[in-house]
Amino acid sequence: MARTIVITSGKGGVGKTTTSAAIAMGLARRGNRTAVIDFDVGLRNLDLVMGCERRVVYDFVNVITGEATLNQALIRDKRCDDLYVLPASQTRDKEALTQEGVGKVLDEMGKTFDYIVCDSPAGIEHGATMAMYFADDAIVVTNPEVSSVRDSDRMLGILASKSRRAENAEEPIREYLLLTRYLPERVERGEMLGVDDVQEILSLDLLGVIPESPDVLDASNKGEPIILNERSDAGQAYTDVISRYLGEDVPHRFLEAPKKGLFGRLFGG
Amino acid sequence: MSDAASETASSSDPFELKSSAITVPVLKLFDPDMDRITDLLTTKIEQAPDFFHNAPIVIDLSALKTNDATVDFALLVGLIRGMGMIPVGVQGGNPLQNEAAEMLELAILSNSAGRPRPRPKPRAAAPSPATEEHSLLVTRPVRSGQRLYARGGDLVVTAAVSSGAELFADGNIHVYGALRGRALAGVKGDTSARIFCRKLNAELVSIAGRYKVSDSISREHWGDAVQVYLIENRLVVEPI
Repeated sequence: MARTIVITSGKGGVGKTTTSAAIAMGLARRGNRTAVIDFDVGLRNLDLVMGCERRVVYDFVNVITGEATLNQALIRDKRCDDLYVLPASQTRDKEALTQEGVGKVLDEMGKTFDYIVCDSPAGIEHGATMAMYFADDAIVVTNPEVSSVRDSDRMLGILASKSRRAENAEEPIREYLLLTRYLPERVERGEMLGVDDVQEILSLDLLGVIPESPDVLDASNKGEPIILNERSDAGQAYTDVISRYLGEDVPHRFLEAPKKGLFGRLFGG
Repeated sequence: MSDAASETASSSDPFELKSSAITVPVLKLFDPDMDRITDLLTTKIEQAPDFFHNAPIVIDLSALKTNDATVDFALLVGLIRGMGMIPVGVQGGNPLQNEAAEMLELAILSNSAGRPRPRPKPRAAAPSPATEEHSLLVTRPVRSGQRLYARGGDLVVTAAVSSGAELFADGNIHVYGALRGRALAGVKGDTSARIFCRKLNAELVSIAGRYKVSDSISREHWGDAVQVYLIENRLVVEPI
C-alpha cells in the first residue's frame, strides 16, 4: 500500500511544485516506485518543472472521468525509471476532481506504487482540500515570513479536521515543516523569521530548511528537479530532506550565513 | 364532538401545545461597536435594574448597515447575559450570524410571523466535539481558523493556540502553551469565569462579554503567564 504525501502551504509561490518535484525524484532515486500528481487543475505547472510537458497526452481529469486509463496518463520520467508524473488538466476546472474519483485513482495507484506525492494548488479551495483529503503525510511548505506562517497554520487546522483520517478518527496525518527560500543573512539581520521562530509558532517537526538559491529558478526553467543538482546547496538540502523523511538522522545545514574567507572579504564576495 | 368530551381528553394529557403572543423586549442593533453597546446597555440597565433583571430579550440584527460578521455574537451574548438578562433569540441575521447564534443555543426567530426559517444544514464535520455538557481537553495545537467550544464547562488546551483560532467556554479557559488567538470565557454570562495562559499573546480576551483586544492589553504583561478575570465589570490581566 502506497504512502500518500501531500505538499501543501495555503500560500502561493512558496515552492510547493519545486518541492513536489524534488521529493518525488529523491524518493524514486532511492529505489521507491513513486508517482507525483499535479492537483492544480487549470493552472498546471508540475509537468514543466519535471520537464515532461511535451509528452502530456492524457491527464488526471481524463483518468477520473474514465476517458483514459491510468497507464495511458502516467508519464515515466526519462532520468529515473521508478518515477511517474500524472499531469493536471489545463482546460478543466477544479470541480472535475470529485472525492470519489480522486479516491478511486489513488486506490488504484496504491497497488503498484510505494509513494504518491500530491502537489496541492494554493488556497484552501476545492483543489487543495482534495489533494490533502487522502493524505497519510503532509509536508507544509513555509517561507520565513509571518503571512506564510499563518497560512500554513490554517492549512494544518484543515488537515486536522477535513481529511479522511480525521473523518474516520484514524491516526492523524503526520505533519512536517519544510522551510523554503531561507536567507540566513537576512535572519541574522533580524529581517526574516528564523527557524526557531517558525517552529515555535507552528510547533511542528522540522523536515528541512532549503536556502534561497538562484539554482532553483534555473532548475525549473530547465525542467530538472533541483535535487538532481548536487552542487547546489538547495539540491543538497532536498537530499537531506529525503534522508530525514525516510527516518535517517541528518543534521540541518545551511542555517547560518557562509563565513566569508579572505578573498571574499577583500573583494566583497 | 361535544365540549365536555374535548375537555376530558385535554385534562388527561400531561400538556397541550398552544401558540401565544408574549411581549419581549427587542434589542435592535444599529452599530456593531461593542464599546458603545456596552456603555449604552450599562446606562439603560442602571435606569431600570428591576425591569431588566432576568428579562428575556431578542436581538434584532436586521437594521445593521454592515451586514457582515462584525457582530461578535459570543461577545454580545456574553455581555447581555453577564448583565442579568436572558437572550432567547435572534432575528434578521445573515446565515453566518445565525450559525453563531445557534452555537450559543439561541433560537432563530423569523421576522414574518409564524413561519420558521429553513435551518441551515448542520456542518458535516464540526471541528468541535463538544456537544455534551462537559469540559473539553485538547492536546494538539489549535490552528488558525479552528473554533473550539466547551459547552457547560472549562476548555483546557495543553498546546499552543495560534492567531486566528477561537476558543469559547461557558467556564474557564486554560492554555498551557502560548495563547495567540482569541479566548472567550464565560460566554453564557458567567462573570466569575477566568482565562489562564502560560504566554499571553492573545488577539482578544473576553470574560462574559467584557473584552480587550491585543492593542489594549498592557504591554507590561505581554508574553507573560497571566490570568484574566473580572473585578466590578473591569477586565484585569494579572501575572501568575
